[in-house]
Amino acid sequence: MLRLLLGAPFAAKLLACEGAPPPQPPEGALLGPDHRLGHRLREPPPREAWRDAPTRRVPVAIVGGGPAGLSAGWRLLRRGERDFRLFELEPALGGTSRSGESALTRYPWGAHYLPVPPTSNVDLRGLLVEMGAFHRSEPAERLLVREPESRVFYRGFWYPGLYPWAGASEEDLAQLARFEARVAAQVEAFQIPSARSARDPAHLALDRLSAAQWLDEGGFTSPRLRWLARYACRDDYGLELEETSAWAFVFYWAARAARPEQALEGSEVLTWPEGNGAIVEHLAGVIGDRVETGRAVVHVHETPEGVQLLLLRADGETRERVVADHAILAVPRFVAARLAPELGLELDGYEVGAWAVANLHLRGRPPGRGAPPAWDNVLYDSPALGYVTATHQRGRDFGPTVWTWYLPFTDADAEAGRRRLFEAEHADLADAVLADLRRPHPELDEHVERVDVWRWGHAMVQPRVGFLRDGARFEDGRPRGHVHLAHSDLSGLALFEEAFFHGVRAADEVWDIRRGAVFQIGEGAADEAGEEATGGAAEATEPAAEPATEDATEASGATTGAEEPA
Amino acid sequence: MAGDTADDTADETAHDAADEPVQGSPSPGADAASREREAPRAAPSSSEGPGSGSPEGPDAPRLTRASRTLLFLTVLIIATSGLVYELLAGTVASYVLGDSVTQFSTTIGTYLFAMGIGSFLSRFVKRGVARRFLEVELAAALVGGLSAPLLFVGFAQAEAFAVLLYGTIVVIGTLVGLEIPLLMRILKEELAFEELVARVLTVDYIGALLGSVLFAIVFVPTLGITRTSLLFGMLNALVALLGTTALAPLLTRGDVLRVRVLAALLLVLLGGTFAQADRLTSWTEQSLYDEPIVFAEQSAYQRLVVTRGGPVTSLFLDGNLQFSSVDEHRYHEALVHPAMAAAPRRARVLVLGGGDGLALRELFRWPEVEHVTLVDLDPAVTRVARRLFADLNAHSLEDPRVELVHDDAMVWLDERQRAAPASGDALPYDVAIVDFPDPNNFSLGKLYTRRFYRLLRTALADDATVAIQSTSPLFARRSYWCITETVREAGYAVRPYHATVPSFGEWGYVLASPRPFDAPSALPPPLPAAELRYLSDALLPTLFVFPPDMGPLEVETNHLNDQALVRYYDAEERQWAN
Repeated sequence: MLRLLLGAPFAAKLLACEGAPPPQPPEGALLGPDHRLGHRLREPPPREAWRDAPTRRVPVAIVGGGPAGLSAGWRLLRRGERDFRLFELEPALGGTSRSGESALTRYPWGAHYLPVPPTSNVDLRGLLVEMGAFHRSEPAERLLVREPESRVFYRGFWYPGLYPWAGASEEDLAQLARFEARVAAQVEAFQIPSARSARDPAHLALDRLSAAQWLDEGGFTSPRLRWLARYACRDDYGLELEETSAWAFVFYWAARAARPEQALEGSEVLTWPEGNGAIVEHLAGVIGDRVETGRAVVHVHETPEGVQLLLLRADGETRERVVADHAILAVPRFVAARLAPELGLELDGYEVGAWAVANLHLRGRPPGRGAPPAWDNVLYDSPALGYVTATHQRGRDFGPTVWTWYLPFTDADAEAGRRRLFEAEHADLADAVLADLRRPHPELDEHVERVDVWRWGHAMVQPRVGFLRDGARFEDGRPRGHVHLAHSDLSGLALFEEAFFHGVRAADEVWDIRRGAVFQIGEGAADEAGEEATGGAAEATEPAAEPATEDATEASGATTGAEEPA
Repeated sequence: MAGDTADDTADETAHDAADEPVQGSPSPGADAASREREAPRAAPSSSEGPGSGSPEGPDAPRLTRASRTLLFLTVLIIATSGLVYELLAGTVASYVLGDSVTQFSTTIGTYLFAMGIGSFLSRFVKRGVARRFLEVELAAALVGGLSAPLLFVGFAQAEAFAVLLYGTIVVIGTLVGLEIPLLMRILKEELAFEELVARVLTVDYIGALLGSVLFAIVFVPTLGITRTSLLFGMLNALVALLGTTALAPLLTRGDVLRVRVLAALLLVLLGGTFAQADRLTSWTEQSLYDEPIVFAEQSAYQRLVVTRGGPVTSLFLDGNLQFSSVDEHRYHEALVHPAMAAAPRRARVLVLGGGDGLALRELFRWPEVEHVTLVDLDPAVTRVARRLFADLNAHSLEDPRVELVHDDAMVWLDERQRAAPASGDALPYDVAIVDFPDPNNFSLGKLYTRRFYRLLRTALADDATVAIQSTSPLFARRSYWCITETVREAGYAVRPYHATVPSFGEWGYVLASPRPFDAPSALPPPLPAAELRYLSDALLPTLFVFPPDMGPLEVETNHLNDQALVRYYDAEERQWAN
């Protein structure tokens, strides 16, 4: 099974040098999205089943409580639209930015950091200021990844940084410098969100090449550089160099640098012990009880009265009809295509990769040789991406901790990777984690308390060669009637910034149309809108006005926090 | 050049002839050499057959298949031990000199370069390649095998340590660099070139893999560094021993005997040292300290060593002196009393670090002190302080006013700050004494960041005073002013000062307060100033005066995500060591 997971050569190598596996698999749970409701989506009851279901009317319905849906709800509130509902299939919000918590610390189950957004990303900076993660234009010191940020395990030793400098030849270094210069020249052209990147034919042509071809054409043969490039693709896209679009590859480096001189390192990074779960928690707190979890939206279609959503509750029985003026579909495209067949969404070129994420609960820190423990600890010679330490940012450097380990299934056929993932049981995955990490930490087993593993069948959209479809992809987010799409996979890049961008964009579309309606439609509609507005204002002064108090706590948190001594 | 070769040939044959049938036992080298020079016999004694040192001859003896296999096994062992020596040097260097990347990169770089020297030198070995190869093995066994113990002992001589370290690395690297080229030349008559290169390099790389994997997974965890070093020395000696059999056709009987005797001696020497490794380790550790070690413990966080020489007790954490009883009163009086003198209230005091209880002793001279929270990471430090320093700290750790917390100070402050608004019962402190080890790694460096001082602020009254030990403004001038500027940037008014503590040198502190304040000009009455041995009203104001060679410098400030201080300190410590 280990062989199945990690690929034959790797498993053979591992087993060869490490001898017999431990007699007992470590304790732990196998986790993943709740599939029971998910299957309801795949085989929904016929529409007639809703004939007698009660109907609710809401101005705006958001489907999906991942980063995009939460961002859309947050944006609606911040623009003044208080009347919306957010429906989430799972019992918990956050999608792949979900997090967990032990008695010791919180820890991520997915996305675990956010590069400091450039000044041009005004909206995202606004959110971060609101969270207390920024003070005016300065990111909060407590959230900027604490030095040492990363280290790499290379030939038996840990070295600081990601690039294995030790023993690099002059040619290696020359290629690295040349690579840096190539990327630095593109820093202006590639922006996060990707919609703001250059779309001219010259840049789009990159999308017809793979990252491997791009490196070949540039004469980048240095094994260390190729390793770093491969690591980047696996880390951000869950793809190999051969599959990754060269456009996405250059984007990875160029877009995360605010200035050309950051081409290799990228801009600084914000992190929380629970990873991007902290952002999810903030957004969810702002949205408050507008969220309804355990709701499977099984069908969405436009009617003369509005967008009709057919809902099924977690019990699998209770049915409900929601009619909304606008619906924001903040779900992956393959789900949106199923829910709303009338939109005729193309699925060509949309591929989503599978990931396994493990959280190792440790009694203590197994020693390693070389550079001291960092936040991000990467193994040069591994199909996995290494681990991040949940207690690093808070400064807890000794004793118990939680390591979050990531493994992308980078199979050329995404579906094949997904099958391999779901054929694996807890023991297989936990053994793979331990076998991987025993190499840098031979004493690992003594310290492991439990290993929980999360199987993400559909973790991240993959920017494969041709994913931009000659630029057509940039148009995928356009509104379709009163249905608005919001998800990072519209960009083809599974980044928080992309999800946030599309969530905000969809909310703005809805808002602009609704305000437009107020000003353009006759008096009756205006009255109605007026009532709505008064209702909103009244809500703000009532005790139930939690968004206002939420703001107040956030604001006070931001100003009286430890970052700002009086 | 041609002349050279001719000489060598003559010399070599002479040597063989002189050495072999005539003498049955090895003769002292000098004797043999002089004899050779006096009576060079030019005629190669081809009749000697297997004893001949010239495999290039037309009917040169071939090695048997078994011998060749044995030689490939030799290559494997050589490659493994070569890599292990390289890793050992890097490990020892980073162990005794700190976690620094530099240690690793430079030791490994130097080692590889030395291997290059060895390979280059191999071309000057013209004759008797097999004998030379075995001699190289013996030398590698001696130097490589003893390298780790040698370096541990050598570290006591800090000035010369770099020379010793790099000298050892160059010698081992050169010897290891000689091995493979010589072996390939021995084997070149036996195999086609492409076959030879392929086989030798394959085995070489497998050996390198074995070495790196076994070093990490088997040897260091089970044997430790010293024993691993000795073990591989023994393996090298064994290779020499095996070599006498495998290469027998290429050696004189005298060579065989000499090499065997030396290899046996080396095995006894290294094996004996191996058996004594325990005593050696503690002996090598002892040699790092001037005075006898009376206590040593590896806690979960650091190595604690207490030495005692006559009346003088000293505490070392990870090899760094924390105090010496000769003059610790100077350090602790200067740490505690200025902040107490400048504080409007002195009821609640926070001590961060300082698990030795010596700062507590000074605090309790002030009768107003009602409560002290002492936060020290390592329970072993307070335990040792209670056991071994009770006289020195006047049993201050037993005082009922002390609340002892074992936690990382930064984590403790962070959690206190998170809990405080909710519970509301955490009273602010009037005085804080911040006494951490010098910032020689990132884990300690975080306790000197802007973020840390801002967190500290949340535990303080608005007019509280803080004293921070801030390393030496003379020896680590940049580090000192970096700390001062970081405290200022975190929103405090600062008054830098310094004291003379002979066992540390000129030492620096930062006195700070969230509010503007005046440096204390006198030690106020509640303090029984007559008890003090260092501070006085007359001395106090002078501590705030800095001579030009310790004056302020332009520095970056220390942030959690960019720890300028750790880099300054690293650079200055190195400069100081030289």
